Amino acid sequence: MERIPILKMGSFLLVTIQVDMHDQLAMTLQDDLTARIVSDRASGVLIDISSLDVVDSFIGRMLGNIAAMARVLDAETVVVGMQPSVAITLVELGLSLPGIRTALNVDRGMELLRAGNNGDSNAGRENG
Amino acid sequence: MPVVKTVELPLTRQEDVVAVRQRTRSLGVEIGLTIVDQTKIVTAASELARNTVIHGGGGKATIEIVKEASKQGLRLTFEDCGPGIPDLERAMQDGYTSGAGLGLGLGGSKRLCNDFAIESKVGKGTRVTIARWKA
Repeated sequence: MERIPILKMGSFLLVTIQVDMHDQLAMTLQDDLTARIVSDRASGVLIDISSLDVVDSFIGRMLGNIAAMARVLDAETVVVGMQPSVAITLVELGLSLPGIRTALNVDRGMELLRAGNNGDSNAGRENG
Repeated sequence: MPVVKTVELPLTRQEDVVAVRQRTRSLGVEIGLTIVDQTKIVTAASELARNTVIHGGGGKATIEIVKEASKQGLRLTFEDCGPGIPDLERAMQDGYTSGAGLGLGLGGSKRLCNDFAIESKVGKGTRVTIARWKA
């Protein structure tokens, strides 16, 4: 079955979405990530969407679900690399991704995850 | 309204939604839509194509390059022979959903386009037409 690969780096899981996902592929990623957070005892998830030229309400909902499920499993999620045109479109669509931490690029996303790991467990959870 | 080019795509499976997104993008590039305008119409296309597959029980998408006076644009039509939408006004509202979605599809798509028209007959089907013009 077609799958998006999930990489492990220390206590973090890294995902780079590089294909135009159909809905089932997105759902599979959500399930896989949730399972891996538990099996790998991950404390953070970084999702790189810099290759995505479209994020519609389905993908937006998937990102929100991943962040919410990760939080329940005591892991932080950061979505990085959103293209400006995608950000403009998402907000106009009516989706502002509440509860999802974002960073401009992978470096900054990793910084956020590491900072979260150093005990400041409430960082970025104001929306919760 | 003169039609310069027409592409018809089936919408029966989830993968067909991806094909509609990609074709809409390439035709948007062809007529020189800005990257933001491309992204808006592709996103709207994705929402409406998914509606056709999931709520309409399948149908088809027609993507056209159209001309009006001196301007060019993309016009997309999504048609199904599904159950139809009993209360269109409510269906257009953000947050209203008949399924498990976010309820942003119809209202959100309308905001992302220049033109938006929807016709639906209960028991007959639904047709949504959108257009985005080159600025």
